[in-house]
Amino acid sequence: MITVIEGKVAPLPIENIDTDQIIPAQFLKITKREGLGKYLFYRWRYDEQGRPKDGFILDDPKYSGASILVTGRNFGIGSSREHAVWALIDYGIKAIIAPSFGDIFYENAARNGLVCVKVREEIAKEIIEEALKREVYARIDLENKTLSYLGKNIGFEIEESVRKRLMLGLDDVGLTLELYEGAIKRYEEKMKSYIKIRKGIFTPL
Amino acid sequence: MGLTIYEKIWDMHKIASDNDRDLLYIDRHYIHEVTSPVAFERLRIYGRRVRRPDLTIAIMDHNVPTGDRTAPITDPLSLEQMETLRKNAHQYGIMLLDYYSPYQGIVHVVGPELGLTLPGMTIACGDSHTMTHGALGALAFGIGTSEVEHVLATQTLWIKKPMAMEVRLMGRPGKGVMSKDVALALIGAIGSGGAIGHVVEFRGDYVESINVEERMTLTNMATEAGARSAIISPDEKTIEYIRGRPFAPASEEFDELAKFWRSLATDPGAYFHKKFEMDVSKIEPQVTWGTTPAMVASVNDIVPDPSSYEDRVMRVSVERALRYMGLKPGMKITEIKIDRVFIGSCTNARLYDLIQAARVIKGKKVKSGVRAMVVPGSQLVKRQAERLGLHRIFIEAGFEWRNSGCSLCIGMNEDRLSPGERCASTSNRNFENRQGPGGRTHLVSPLMAAAAAIEGKFVDVREFEILPLEEIVDLDLLEKLGYGWMLR
Repeated sequence: MITVIEGKVAPLPIENIDTDQIIPAQFLKITKREGLGKYLFYRWRYDEQGRPKDGFILDDPKYSGASILVTGRNFGIGSSREHAVWALIDYGIKAIIAPSFGDIFYENAARNGLVCVKVREEIAKEIIEEALKREVYARIDLENKTLSYLGKNIGFEIEESVRKRLMLGLDDVGLTLELYEGAIKRYEEKMKSYIKIRKGIFTPL
Repeated sequence: MGLTIYEKIWDMHKIASDNDRDLLYIDRHYIHEVTSPVAFERLRIYGRRVRRPDLTIAIMDHNVPTGDRTAPITDPLSLEQMETLRKNAHQYGIMLLDYYSPYQGIVHVVGPELGLTLPGMTIACGDSHTMTHGALGALAFGIGTSEVEHVLATQTLWIKKPMAMEVRLMGRPGKGVMSKDVALALIGAIGSGGAIGHVVEFRGDYVESINVEERMTLTNMATEAGARSAIISPDEKTIEYIRGRPFAPASEEFDELAKFWRSLATDPGAYFHKKFEMDVSKIEPQVTWGTTPAMVASVNDIVPDPSSYEDRVMRVSVERALRYMGLKPGMKITEIKIDRVFIGSCTNARLYDLIQAARVIKGKKVKSGVRAMVVPGSQLVKRQAERLGLHRIFIEAGFEWRNSGCSLCIGMNEDRLSPGERCASTSNRNFENRQGPGGRTHLVSPLMAAAAAIEGKFVDVREFEILPLEEIVDLDLLEKLGYGWMLR
């Protein structure tokens, strides 16, 4: 359950950061979702032998403890891997500010309590430029749909369904089963002949 | 006002609404070994069942080895994920196309080829390229693992209704230009995020003129423009493609259903939130030079100069991409030498793709020093290709002829690039490290990959002899095996 997120901002001044970069495929071979933070942005932080590389922004002591990322357009495009969201959360990231997000990533984030804030491109650029120069703290208020940074306070748009899930920490599966079981059953009943045709063809090869 | 096919399917499957989301019934749920284990784990924790195991199909594809299937699997992590899927499928009564099944393959190749994917269906799978199935007129969504869990438990999906985008493709393509080139040129024009939040419908006389397997390359690649889904209205080609497939409806029901499928096609005057039109007759064979599919050029172009970009973020992105790719601004695409060739993936590993590559390969040799491999999209594709004798063409030229899986497209099995290796690849993503740490990927069509294999560098395939179909395969046998549509 999240109402307000406050924290230090780390800038990633790159666009089109795909989920392959957030967590490489080799770390998807686990059957659990915990402990993925150490693989976050792995190829940008470690070389082929697993030795730490210099210069990745999240490893800069200046940004240690940052819990809000601000980045370029289309963050999280590419592969549907929810591991990307799990890795960000495990690392300690609570929110991401960007002009746009990959659709599946955005949905995965909402389901795991990672806040994605869509802002205009100029705003993202401004926060990135400032955070490259000095320490920037931001505050995201889901109740009032506001983003505060450097003494400024702006509103942002967020889908009501996403906001509610983030604020209430709802278990979607449990809720659907509780509230919509009847509707699903009625639909299956109504569409029986249609579904049956498709079921009927389902004989093993 | 008329409706789009996407709206028709949406409305048919809508069960409820809550705020900005609708609850859709899912007709087909494909699961695979990488994005499903956590979903099953959570079902167990909460003591929930799989609501409709009969509408769920499990396939092993992402990390399966593509070598000898009788050899032991050496990667313990791959083995664990495969065994976990086996266990879950068995426990919950889900049909599994196992590693050893003669019908195993990449989920987005197998679904359509077995007739499991049909027009008008809603489809979900924990893989971003699920929209591939849209080429048959299904509404297909890539989803995350939490959503996989939701579909398993409820057979439904909560989803915000995307906007509709029309991509109208007009004109006749030039010689040697495949739908992969059209897709890459499109992504280059609209960008990696050009279709975010939209269901793309491919329309226009070009789309009507190409076969269903070429269409699947288009809907597959819409993923790389950020689309939420992609779809093509079913026509007679779609119906012919589906008829007679193992899981397709029996003949007495088929004609009835085909009528329904035709009625799904987008109505005249349907509304699209966004429109984009492209003349395919001007498109040349494409080669990506960067680290997103949108960083693409025609084969006779040059690698761009970062300083030519006004936008700072773009400039930095291009600089970074060229550094990673080891390319210099201004060099000709045809000067780029390659070490590896990969013909495979859910984008371009169907029989049509393999035949196209063979038209260039036959009677030639892979350039010495280049390692080239064909990884058929499914074991069925492989078997059909072997009946047609295609494997001999590839093997004689020096290609490896492997078993099916996602393979070098994602590098989760042993098929990987070594650091610095450069690959001409028919897959869909040229992201940094995608095909292996430090690997450099250039996305191309099967024809262009074949030509690159022979020359050891990129070359305009139009300068090559592209043999007529009858010199590659026995046309009667092709017809007999159910590929008559390729001849019409």
